[in-house]
Amino acid sequence: MLNWAFIAEKAPAYVKAAGLTLKLAGAGIALSLVLGLLCALALYYRVPVLRRAVAAYIELSRNTPLLIQLFFLYFGLPKLGVMLSSWTCALIGLTFLGGSYMAEAFRGGLDSVSKAQIEAGLSIGMRSLALARHVALPQAFLVALPGLCANSVFLIKETSIVSIVALPDLMFVARELIGLYYNTVEALGMLVFAYVVILLPVSWAFRSLERRFRYAQLGT
Amino acid sequence: MNQEALPLLQIKGLVKTYGKAPALNGVSLSVGKGDAVVILGPSGCGKSTLLRCINGLERIQSGEIILNGENISNPGARWDLVRQRVGMVFQSYDLFPHMSVLDNVLLGPLKVQKRDKAEARRQAEGLLARVGLLDRKKDYPRQLSGGQKQRVAIVRALCMNPDLMLFDEVTAALDPEMVREVLDVIAGLAEQGMTMLIVTHEMDFAKAIADKAVFIVDGAVEEESDGEVFFRNPRTERARRFLNSFQYESRRPRRKTGAAPSGLTPVPVTRATMG
Ligand SMILES: Nc1ncnc2c1ncn2[C@@H]1O[C@H](COP(=O)(O)OP(=O)(O)OP(=O)(O)O)[C@@H](O)[C@H]1O
Ligand SMILES: [Mg+2]
Repeated sequence: MLNWAFIAEKAPAYVKAAGLTLKLAGAGIALSLVLGLLCALALYYRVPVLRRAVAAYIELSRNTPLLIQLFFLYFGLPKLGVMLSSWTCALIGLTFLGGSYMAEAFRGGLDSVSKAQIEAGLSIGMRSLALARHVALPQAFLVALPGLCANSVFLIKETSIVSIVALPDLMFVARELIGLYYNTVEALGMLVFAYVVILLPVSWAFRSLERRFRYAQLGT
Repeated sequence: MNQEALPLLQIKGLVKTYGKAPALNGVSLSVGKGDAVVILGPSGCGKSTLLRCINGLERIQSGEIILNGENISNPGARWDLVRQRVGMVFQSYDLFPHMSVLDNVLLGPLKVQKRDKAEARRQAEGLLARVGLLDRKKDYPRQLSGGQKQRVAIVRALCMNPDLMLFDEVTAALDPEMVREVLDVIAGLAEQGMTMLIVTHEMDFAKAIADKAVFIVDGAVEEESDGEVFFRNPRTERARRFLNSFQYESRRPRRKTGAAPSGLTPVPVTRATMG
């Protein structure tokens, strides 16, 4: 049966690791949103050279596993003389992955803004910056919201891979406990429980957020 | 009609092509200050294109557009500045769906013209009151009927204090019972001396409001006449036929009830569906 004493003893380690996972996920999501928005804008405005770079980045990011990206950052870069801390590697890796997904979500939103809306903005004398800020982006954001939320949940889950770069996140703690004590069932059970405890409220929060900004509200 | 030395808007030899096909083929016309000019013509003749060229939504191939003596069709023209002086109202309203009625109206005055907030708001509320929608200022476009949305769209353009207003079939998407409320607003503007270019298929309205009528066929001006003249006795045969196409002739004998006249009496049809 389950070793409850073991669970009680090791729970604090999970709480601490959960904190790290959350911190990493939060920072990764925030940076991904910024990177994704910038990429989407570069594509939307067809910024000469930049849009090609962005397109290449998105393909690269979406078609390589996070694990390989992290390996490259943590084990490959030092060979080229670039030493990054575990935390930096994890954050860069997560952002590199998330940025392209967020970019696609934002781009879908921007593409959904009709030509008529843009012309309505132009006809009151708006220039492209004001147009983006007051007309295109708010509408794009509402359309993109479900995708942005789904990507965020996806990124929280992807943090489980970053223990590979020796970051003491939830996955790392569980693996360590299994290695040290062989309490596999307890260690993995707590791992699952921890992710559920983190992700359920997040999912609920996102769902209510989406309901509040329901796309249907936009119907002209 | 208000005659002044310099027309507010002058268009000379305007050519606009999409690919190879010319949509406008050397259009020239002039609009005096305070005139309500109605633009008529069969579907696809280039009416929308003409309006879109005047506020720079379409790039032109050649010709000149002169507003208040200033050539606004130069390659270096600042369209964002021109558009502040030329209000445009679209067939499909195109209000900003994520903003309240008041915010829709105030966006241009505040973010483009950088006007004083209290002053702009006073004007916006005054205009909304004039079209009977002040009590809806906090509503979102989705909460309004088509006619109400279109009145807000007119106010949105008016609140920029334009010299010229462009209306492109602004009642064409409306249910019949809402057409009137929008046309009344435009008629009110005409009375106040707003200079306007109006594309419409509402013939009774066009007749009532037109200081001048411009009849376009295949991207060229076929007839440009005073409103009076055009609707009573057009100079060109094509205009005559065009106007006649809005008359509905009953082919069936009327039932003999009431005082209905017998025979083939033309009945004016207000809403024509041209193409
Ligand atoms: N974006 C476009 N691309 C290609 N051709 C176009 C485009 N817009 C208009 N045209 C063509 O230009 C011509 C004039 O079109 P326009 O929309 O100005 O006509 P209109 O007089 O407004 O017609 P309607 O009464 O049906 O609104 C038409 O032959 C049309 O097919
Ligand atoms: Mg048209």
